[in-house]
Amino acid sequence: MASLITCPHCGIRPKEEFSIRGDARPVRPAPEAKFAAWDAYVHSRDNVRGVMEEHWQHVGGCRRWLVVERNTLTHDVHGVTDAADYTRARAASASRAGTKGRVANATKRRGNI
Amino acid sequence: MKYSAYSIFRQALSGNRNWDRAWREPEPKSHYDVIIVGGGGHGLATAHYLAKNHGITNVAVLEKGYLGSGNVGRNTTIVRANYLLEGNEPFYSQSLKLWEGLEQELNFNAMMSQRGVINLYHSDGQRDAYARRGNAMRLAGEDAELLGREEVREMLPYLDYDNARFPIHGGLLQRRGGTARHDGVAWGYARSADSRGVDLIQNCEVTGIRREGGRAVGVETSRGFIGCNRLGLAAAGNSGRVAQMAGMRLPVESQVLQAFVSEGLKPFIDQVVTFGAALFYLSQSDKGGLVFGGSLDMYNSYAQRGNLATVESVMEAACAMVPAVSRVKVLRAWGGVMDMSMDGSPIIDKTPVDGLYLNCGWCYGGFKATPASGWCFAHLLATGETHELARAFRLDRFTRGTQIDETGHGAQANLH
Repeated sequence: MASLITCPHCGIRPKEEFSIRGDARPVRPAPEAKFAAWDAYVHSRDNVRGVMEEHWQHVGGCRRWLVVERNTLTHDVHGVTDAADYTRARAASASRAGTKGRVANATKRRGNI
Repeated sequence: MKYSAYSIFRQALSGNRNWDRAWREPEPKSHYDVIIVGGGGHGLATAHYLAKNHGITNVAVLEKGYLGSGNVGRNTTIVRANYLLEGNEPFYSQSLKLWEGLEQELNFNAMMSQRGVINLYHSDGQRDAYARRGNAMRLAGEDAELLGREEVREMLPYLDYDNARFPIHGGLLQRRGGTARHDGVAWGYARSADSRGVDLIQNCEVTGIRREGGRAVGVETSRGFIGCNRLGLAAAGNSGRVAQMAGMRLPVESQVLQAFVSEGLKPFIDQVVTFGAALFYLSQSDKGGLVFGGSLDMYNSYAQRGNLATVESVMEAACAMVPAVSRVKVLRAWGGVMDMSMDGSPIIDKTPVDGLYLNCGWCYGGFKATPASGWCFAHLLATGETHELARAFRLDRFTRGTQIDETGHGAQANLH
């Protein structure tokens, strides 16, 4: 994996400062959502082989949650976005597409790697 | 050809030039009764028990690389049955019993060595937890002994008993646990399955699962379509990808686990020893190398290699437990792709697709389970019914709330 990660807030930092949470694609269902939606959210995984969007937290720095695009086969890191920006972009894209939940192409603000 | 002292003697007379190949390299047929995807330990064991226990020999094992090229050749070779929960312990107990007779059954030297497995504890709370685990093991008919500090010291004098942060208070010992040569296990099962008529097809990657009327009827492979009546998936870290070919999402994440071997040393570690203060396990191979490993790298990966931060933490645990190893050189390190399930326990079950059966979710405990996994999966493939020992390993247990969560961590795959 890349030794250095470009945090959108702190700049270039060693990757050991970050902690990895996992897949950023699943969207938490609404509280009143049906059981099946919660079951899928909590238990099922796409288990991506290739480029995956992941929640990382910059625990040794700004403590912000980030979304990092990382290839699970090569460990290459392709982009870093603030998680709030990522979520807003996905929501905007979802409302444009008129769909809820999963979105094919969320727009991202990419960090320089 | 039966392997024996006599056969070694006889072959030696002709310069060892006339040994038979251990298995054939057949061309795939167009149709099989059962196809097993994955030529690792579990897939090969399944083929062996399908032929031996159920008389089903029109079977193919499809392997994308070479036999045993995945996790069965990448683990730290530990065999044990020290589980706590009812859903798990009888299964692993049966597995250990199968290990004990494995070499005679397969006519293959798997170097099974029941040297004992000791889990160290470092606090009163941990001792109580191990006492409970030991009692659960004994209730399931397994052997377990709770040792005090001095009893452990007698067996393992070189540990750091007075570590300021993690003093060793004792350990839980399972004497029948130990190690087995992992490649030998895969080869033994392969040879036995092949000799009973199973086709082991290497360099044959499954690229799709063909379904007709909601039923799996065969697989598309890099060597063409192969039809089958029943299809079993035993693809370990790639289970999610194969299941996706049948339109399924699994409660599994693939993560990387690293393992290490040191330079050869004179014998000084007789058992398998695990550190209770961090996830760390250590044994010494017959060649003298220390074989050890630790925790996952904690991120999703299909790379079969990990990162240095984890290497460092494993080495720290090694030095904390056995200070004498601090100047030993590490020879090799490698990674394997673990199919981490959401409760840390495996899945051996039917799927919503007719004719498609699933064996996955072994996390990083699949090696010790190899015989029983093959035994139960063969039973499922042959009869369509779940084997009694694997009845808790259901695919729908997450939905039904009947998880088998040994560590109590919940649905966070990499914490199990």
